[in-house]
Amino acid sequence: MSDVAIVGIGMHPFGRHEGVTGMEQGAAAVRAACKDAGVEWSDIQFAFGGSMAAGAPDTMVSQLGLTGLQFINVMNGCATGGSALFSAYNSIMSGAFDLGIAVGFDKHERGAFRIESGNKSGRDWYGGSGMALTTQFFGMKINRYMDQYGITQQSLAKVASKAFRNGSMNPMAWRRQPFTDDEVLQSQMLSYPLTQYMFCSPGEGGVALILARADQAHKYTKNPVYLKAAIVRSRRFGSFEVLAPSLAIEHSAGPTIDASKAAFEMAGIGPEDVDVAQLQDTESGAEVMHMAENGFCEHGEQEHMLANGETEIGGRFPVNTDGGCLANGEPVGASGLRQVYEVALQLRGGAGERQVPNNPKVGYTHVYGAPGISGVNILTT
Amino acid sequence: MAQVSINDNIMDLVDGKPVLKGVRCKDCGNYVFPVQKGCPKCAGADMEPVQLGDRGKLWAWTIQGFPPKAPPYLGEADPAKFKPYGVGYVELPGEVKVEARLTESDPALLKTGMEMQLVADSLSTDENGDEIVTYAFSPVN
Ligand SMILES: [Zn+2]
Repeated sequence: MSDVAIVGIGMHPFGRHEGVTGMEQGAAAVRAACKDAGVEWSDIQFAFGGSMAAGAPDTMVSQLGLTGLQFINVMNGCATGGSALFSAYNSIMSGAFDLGIAVGFDKHERGAFRIESGNKSGRDWYGGSGMALTTQFFGMKINRYMDQYGITQQSLAKVASKAFRNGSMNPMAWRRQPFTDDEVLQSQMLSYPLTQYMFCSPGEGGVALILARADQAHKYTKNPVYLKAAIVRSRRFGSFEVLAPSLAIEHSAGPTIDASKAAFEMAGIGPEDVDVAQLQDTESGAEVMHMAENGFCEHGEQEHMLANGETEIGGRFPVNTDGGCLANGEPVGASGLRQVYEVALQLRGGAGERQVPNNPKVGYTHVYGAPGISGVNILTT
Repeated sequence: MAQVSINDNIMDLVDGKPVLKGVRCKDCGNYVFPVQKGCPKCAGADMEPVQLGDRGKLWAWTIQGFPPKAPPYLGEADPAKFKPYGVGYVELPGEVKVEARLTESDPALLKTGMEMQLVADSLSTDENGDEIVTYAFSPVN
C-alpha cells in the first residue's frame, strides 16, 4: 500500500556546461519532468529544491513561471537531493498536497571541494595542516577496510572501469569514455590506495522528479514508480566520518547502516528483493563498502562478486547502472536525485542500451556525504 | 628563527614539542579533540581542558598524493616541489583517535596497529619570519 508515486522524471545532462548556470540546468530538468508527466508548471502545487553552489533554488520560479506555489529550499550536504525527496514524499503522505516536485541542481568550481574552516580564532589549523580534504577520509576508510576484509586494489579498479563502461552507454553522463582496469590503476595516486580515475569530480547537472498521490498516478503516466521508503539519517556517536579531527575510541555503525535498515523496514522488503541499486560512489572504495553497509552482502564478499561481474548490468545485482558519481560527476544538489531518476528509468524499462534485463521491479538508491549523513530510497513498479 | 604553534587553541609548543589540547567530559569521561563545548557522547555540557597523550597506535592511514589548495594549506603547494605526506588516525589509549599528518609517506612502511609518537612538523614561515609548526605522528622504531 504505497501512497506516493513518481509520475514524471527530467534531467539536464551532467558534465561541464560553459555559459549555462546551474539554475538554468535545474529549470531545464523541471521542464523535462513536467513534459514527461504531461503536466504544466502551473499544475505543480509545491516544490522542494536543493543546490549547494548554484543559488537559492526558489528563485528559479522567475524562469519557470510565478505561479505562487509553495517552494522550500533544502540544503543538506551530499544528502540534499535525498532530503528534498524525503520532504516531497512526506508532503504528499500527510495529505496536504496531491502533486509536487523535488528538484536539485548544481555547478561547482573545478577540482576538489574547498572546505570552509569552522575556526573560531587563530589560523585555520586543519586546512593549514593539509587535512581538510574529503579524499583523505575515503582513502583511509577503504585502506583500513581492505586490510580487514581482504579487498584488493584490483577490485577498486573494476568498480571504476564498470562505471565508465556504464557511463559510455548513458547519453546524460559526463564521462563516456571507457577505461581498462590497468588504465585506472596507472592513473595518478591521489590518496592511497585510490587513484585519480577511482574518484568522482564535482560537476554540473540538474534533475527533477514529479510526485503524486499514488491513487492519482495513472492520470499522469501509464508506468508509475512507487516510492516505498524515503529515509535520511545522521551519524551516531562513534561512527567514522569525513572531516573529523578526532574520532571516539568506541566504534558504532555509520548512518548508511542505520538508513538502510530503516528503509527496508519501511518498505517491508529485504535486500534480496532488490533488482537494481545506485550506491554512493564518491570513489571506488565507497561503492565496495556501501554494498555491505546497505545489507547487500557480507563484508569481504565484494571481492568475488566483482571478480564474477555480479554488479555489472547483466549480473545478479547491477550497481550504478548509469555510471554513478564516477561517470556523472557530483553536482551535490542533483546527485541523489540522479540516482532516483536512473532507478525510475530502469523500472520503467526505458534505460535503452544499459537497461537491466528481465524487467526489474525493485530499485534502491543510497547517498552518503559530509559530515556523516546518509539517504536511502526504495522504489518499486 | 622562532617556532610558533599553528594555533594556540589546539596545541602548545613546549621545548619544541607539541602538546595537544583536548577536553574531557566531567559527566561521562569522553575525550574530544580539539576543544569544544558539549559532549557528543552523553550530551553533557561540563567539559574540562586536558592535555592529550603523545603515544598511540595507528588506526587508519592514507597518503596525500597531490598538493592541497593553498590557501588554506600552509605547506608546500607548488606541484613541482610538493612531496606526498601521510595522514592517519592515531588511537591514544583511553582517550581518543586523533587525526594527524604522518612523517612517513611510504605505504610499505605504514601498518595499522603500529606504535606512533607525537612530533613537531614544520609547515612554512609566517609574516614575521617565524616557523609555523603543526603536529604529526612518527612511527616508533
Ligand atoms: Zn559526556
